[in-house]
Amino acid sequence: MTIIVRDDGFHADDQTDFLDLASDTDPATLDPSLAKNIRIAFPSSADGRGFSLARILRLQGFTGRLRAAGHVLSDQYAMARRCGFDEVEIPDDLAERQPAEQWLFRADWRAHDYQARMRG
Amino acid sequence: MYTYSDFDAAFVAERNRQFRQQVERRIDGSLTEDEFKPFRLMNGLYLQLHAYMLRVAIPYGTLRSEQMEMLAHLAETYDKGYGHFTTRQNIQYNWPELGDIPNMLDDLAKVEMHAIQTSGNTIRNVTADHFAGAAADEVADPRPVAEMIRQWSTDHPEFQALPRKFKIAVTGAQADRAVIRAHDIGLRLHEQNGELGAEVIVGGGLGRTPMIGKTIAEWVSLEDLPAYLESVVSVWNLLGRRDNKYKSRIKITVHEHGIDDIRARVADRYELVRPAYNGAHMDLFHQIAAQFGSPAFRNVPTDAYGAAYKADPVFRSWADTNLSAHKVDGYAIVQISLKAHGETPGDASAEQMRAMARIARDYGHDELRISHEQNVVLPHVHTSDLPAVHDILKAHGLATANIGLISDIIACPGMDYCALATARSIPIAQEIATRFDELKLEHEIGELKIKISGCINACGHHHVGHIGILGLDRAGVENYQVTLGGDHTETLALGDRTGPGFSAEEIVPAMERIVDTYLAHRDGPEETFLQAYRRLGMDPFKTALYGEQPSKRTKAA
Ligand code: SF4
Repeated sequence: MTIIVRDDGFHADDQTDFLDLASDTDPATLDPSLAKNIRIAFPSSADGRGFSLARILRLQGFTGRLRAAGHVLSDQYAMARRCGFDEVEIPDDLAERQPAEQWLFRADWRAHDYQARMRG
Repeated sequence: MYTYSDFDAAFVAERNRQFRQQVERRIDGSLTEDEFKPFRLMNGLYLQLHAYMLRVAIPYGTLRSEQMEMLAHLAETYDKGYGHFTTRQNIQYNWPELGDIPNMLDDLAKVEMHAIQTSGNTIRNVTADHFAGAAADEVADPRPVAEMIRQWSTDHPEFQALPRKFKIAVTGAQADRAVIRAHDIGLRLHEQNGELGAEVIVGGGLGRTPMIGKTIAEWVSLEDLPAYLESVVSVWNLLGRRDNKYKSRIKITVHEHGIDDIRARVADRYELVRPAYNGAHMDLFHQIAAQFGSPAFRNVPTDAYGAAYKADPVFRSWADTNLSAHKVDGYAIVQISLKAHGETPGDASAEQMRAMARIARDYGHDELRISHEQNVVLPHVHTSDLPAVHDILKAHGLATANIGLISDIIACPGMDYCALATARSIPIAQEIATRFDELKLEHEIGELKIKISGCINACGHHHVGHIGILGLDRAGVENYQVTLGGDHTETLALGDRTGPGFSAEEIVPAMERIVDTYLAHRDGPEETFLQAYRRLGMDPFKTALYGEQPSKRTKAA
């Protein structure tokens, strides 16, 4: 089972249809019309490829739901949101070790953002 | 110099608040060391051989005197009374207690400093020419560009879990004092049709597979630069290898795919990324650049300098080795050697840091720099003040006259501190410096850079030393490989191996034989070691080190 993390905390999975993309997806194959909702895998918290994939999709004009799924840490939540993810999906055991308040602690992802400042 | 905006200050305060909480959770046991690791790596905290080590960023090597004083305060209050300046313009504290780290970071924040992105697989502290804003050969001041890159790369959401660390260096002068071709990205500022931009060099690096960086773009305008850098890092983030950490740096990606392929991919990504920058970054850049104006230079007589130079041979020797040309008449750039013979290269005590801060305040327009050669620079000193400056330096053991000479050695921490080391490097540096000091030969030898690494990771930059020394472990015994002919300047070159390595006991005599060979073969004192090596090649040095080579004898016969 998995938990969905959004700005307001933990949620049960609402079982939307997602197109699953692996973290080693070739960026040349990305296209905003691929699917309505896309889920990008994070096999490990050290694998940051998903951040670039999300960013490319958003820059291409993708407007659907974008989910980061896998081994994402609470400290990476702000990063994920800023790169264009709407939400994060984590396995139950990770949610147990990183309870909701740790994620809420980082939910103010719009604050203190150098990139937002640079882009006006 | 740059002072923090409210935004910078709030950002650092928030990060410190988060980290304080994480440290508390580690200490009370609710975080394991494994779980704590990503947090500490975001904040410059390493777990070393004996203790935690805190690496503090000195962005592009620039400090005000109050910042240097705070570094002294940290050394005294939380460490053993000294700090270690590194080859990447950082300072490391080797003995802090975990519980003190949040207080150290809060202290640093008071003087607008932090330890963010000095570790982990992120874009690291950006480095620059340590003579920036002072050098006579400067085309453009690299500091405003470096500060823009600092802000652009800090907490960049896309680049916090890269394949590996990523280092950027900037220069704006004719001479390269920032080793830009040995960085993941090197930038050389220059103008095209009156507009400032940068040559972008990518894929350089030392380490176990040394590579010289290649030009990916001859000129990118300042306005396009953040988007261009972002495209390069983004392409590498997706393309760089994650299966083997020794092949993950961008130098390998460039090597495996070829620079033309990378250039094409970057151009593609750039199309997508560039429109997201709407010009706000240029407003920011202009605000930054306005803070890097020249200090109020004085126009006063320089007689006091001339008189001291004539009268005092110790001062003269120091002035001859430790001063460089300033862009303003009557001024000099002073290098303070942190390489007193027999001491640890790059170490400074709290008392020495305070003395340097005071000199900067009284005689140096309040500015200090840390060089990648682990020395301290006073970029703006009027020559009439040099005798007074020299006196104070002498009183604090800081007047060693050896900049650029054989005892001005770069050495990584090696076995004394580093968990990855295969050999000692600091003691070897100390022995070499002490030996050549005894021989009283170093001024006779002239410009000669020795660089020492305690393992194949090459933090001591041994590949680009005129003489490079790499400490390895051969069946439990230290073995030192020697390279000759490396060059860390704009004519960057990797040294050539002499042959089999030397034991710890043999390495100092080996250095003597190399130097004797140079002195015997040089055209005269004007021909530097590097020039002589380029003319002579390896043969005479090989013979001096290993005896006559049988193959050569056959050839000669
Ligand atoms: S070169 Fe090796 S021993 Fe020296 S600091 Fe780097 S990793 Fe440590």
